[in-house]
This record gives sequence, C-alpha cells and structure tokens, in this order.
Amino acid sequence: MNKKAKKWYDYLWIVSLTYLILGFFNILFAWLGLLCFFIPLIISVAFGNKGYCNRYCGRGQLFGLLGGRFGLSRKKDIPKWMKSKWFRFGFLIFFFIMFFQMLWNTWLVFSGARDLNQVTTLLWTFKVPWHWAYHGTILHPAVAQFAFGFYSIMLTSTILGLITMVIFKPRSWCVYCPMGTMTQLICKAKSAIDDQRNNKQTEDLYESFEKQDGI
Amino acid sequence: MSVQKRKKAQVEQNLCVACGCCAKVCPINAINVYKGLYAAVDANKCVGCGKCAKECPASVIIIKEAAL
Ligand code: SF4
Ligand code: SF4
Ligand code: SF4
Repeated sequence: MNKKAKKWYDYLWIVSLTYLILGFFNILFAWLGLLCFFIPLIISVAFGNKGYCNRYCGRGQLFGLLGGRFGLSRKKDIPKWMKSKWFRFGFLIFFFIMFFQMLWNTWLVFSGARDLNQVTTLLWTFKVPWHWAYHGTILHPAVAQFAFGFYSIMLTSTILGLITMVIFKPRSWCVYCPMGTMTQLICKAKSAIDDQRNNKQTEDLYESFEKQDGI
Repeated sequence: MSVQKRKKAQVEQNLCVACGCCAKVCPINAINVYKGLYAAVDANKCVGCGKCAKECPASVIIIKEAAL
C-alpha cells in the first residue's frame, strides 16, 4: 500500500517539461503557457478548490520528481520568512507588476513605438539573446513580443523554483508560487462568502421559526 | 481501552499553502486539502507515519502524540 496507483494526471510534468523545451525552438509556443494561468484560476473560481495544485500542475510535479526521485534537493526546511504571508503576497504583487510590464512591452511593439526585442529576460535582469527561436510570424510582431515576455516569466519562475528546490524541499516553489497564492486567496474569498450565506440562511430559518412560534 | 496515545499528523493551518503534496503521499488518504484553504487530517485514519510531514514544502505538519 506504499505506492499509490498513478493516474493520468500524474504525468503532466511531461507537458511542463515539453513546454519549456519548445520555447528553445519556437518562441511562439510560449503562448500555450497561458493555460497554466487560466486553468488554475477557472478551477478555483468555479469549484472553490485548488484542484490544479492538488492534481494537475505539471510544474509542481517536475520539481517533486527532480528533487525527490532524482535527489536534487537537500530537503531542508524552508525558512520561516519565506512562508510568511507578507512574503507570499509580496511576491504575488511583484509578479503582477512584472506581468503588467510584459503586457506594456507588448503594447509598445503593437503600437509601433518600439521594435520587437528578441531576448529572454531571466530573473528580471539578465537579457539573453533568443533570436534563434524566432522564425517570424504571419501575425503582428507584438504577438512575438508577448511570447518572449511570457516565456521569460515562465523560465524565470522555473529557475527560482529549481534554486529553492535544491536548497530547501523539492516543491519549495509551491510555498511562494504566485498561482498557488492566488488560487488559495480565491478559495478563501469563496469560502468566506459561502459561510456568510450559510449564516444568513440559518438566521432566516430561525427568524421563520420565531415567526411560526409567534414571538 | 482507556486513554491511549497515538502519533498523529497535525497541520499548522494558518501557514499551510494548500498545495496538496501531503495528500499525494499519504498511503491511506488520511490527509486532504479542504476547499483549497488548508490541509485537514482525519485523525481516525492517520497512522502517524510522517510521510506527509516529510513531503510538505512549507514544513507545517508535525507528528504529535494525541490522546484518542
Ligand atoms: S503552487 Fe504553483 S507550482 Fe505548486 S502546484 Fe500550485 S500552481 Fe503548481
Ligand atoms: S502521518 Fe502518515 S497516515 Fe498520517 S496523514 Fe501523514 S502520511 Fe497520512
Ligand atoms: S503539503 Fe503542507 S503546505 Fe501543502 S497542503 Fe499539505 S500541509 Fe499544507
């Protein structure tokens, strides 16, 4: 009973790995990464759970595999400040700012104010030439600019995840992952609303009892 | 059976990130993420093996003796 039977979704790490590799061949594949933004959000908004993290997230699985099975992790406890709310929310906000900056760059190219910049920016600092993964697009160059920017975000977060995987536990990234924090926040909001509604229902019920009793 | 102490997993829920790594490794499904908020342990099922605590990336699970 030690090993649980593997389900199809336990292999989604292959998808995540493929995604990262495809970005080295054609940057336009980066667009597919939007799925890892929208699916978790849709699941949490629609169902009020973290089904994405808990089941389908291939990135988490990849870290779990590399750090666990392949032993590329020291398996030490993550420091306290990294799991504190302010760090997690702070990182989420930082991530948002970077995301909007990426959208802004896309807009600049779209409006013609700037030319397409064929680089991938790692860790928000290092500009790596990435022209070899760009073979033109029949669409607007802004489509490619978005791809470069988005792939930068995906690769940067992978690098951060790998670093904390090595230093701390395999899936340390999940502690401060913006998608994880965001979906948990959505679940908290949903559950608070549900509680309120339930309380209201209970109150209404009591009220109707009281009315029946003629109090 | 009088008061008996058994080892059980306990989650520090306000620091839990609800990632579900614990639920993935628990051999008897005694721990699950509740509504995407935090992990909750079914104390009747849990055998205190400590697998979840080892896996938890936030290290917020402790294995503690609990009176049954
Ligand atoms: S916290 Fe992030 S990386 Fe971890 S499972 Fe959730 S979405 Fe995936
Ligand atoms: S201690 Fe073992 S049995 Fe108990 S919840 Fe953790 S993994 Fe499951
Ligand atoms: S592994 Fe740890 S942080 Fe993740 S859900 Fe379980 S108790 Fe919470």
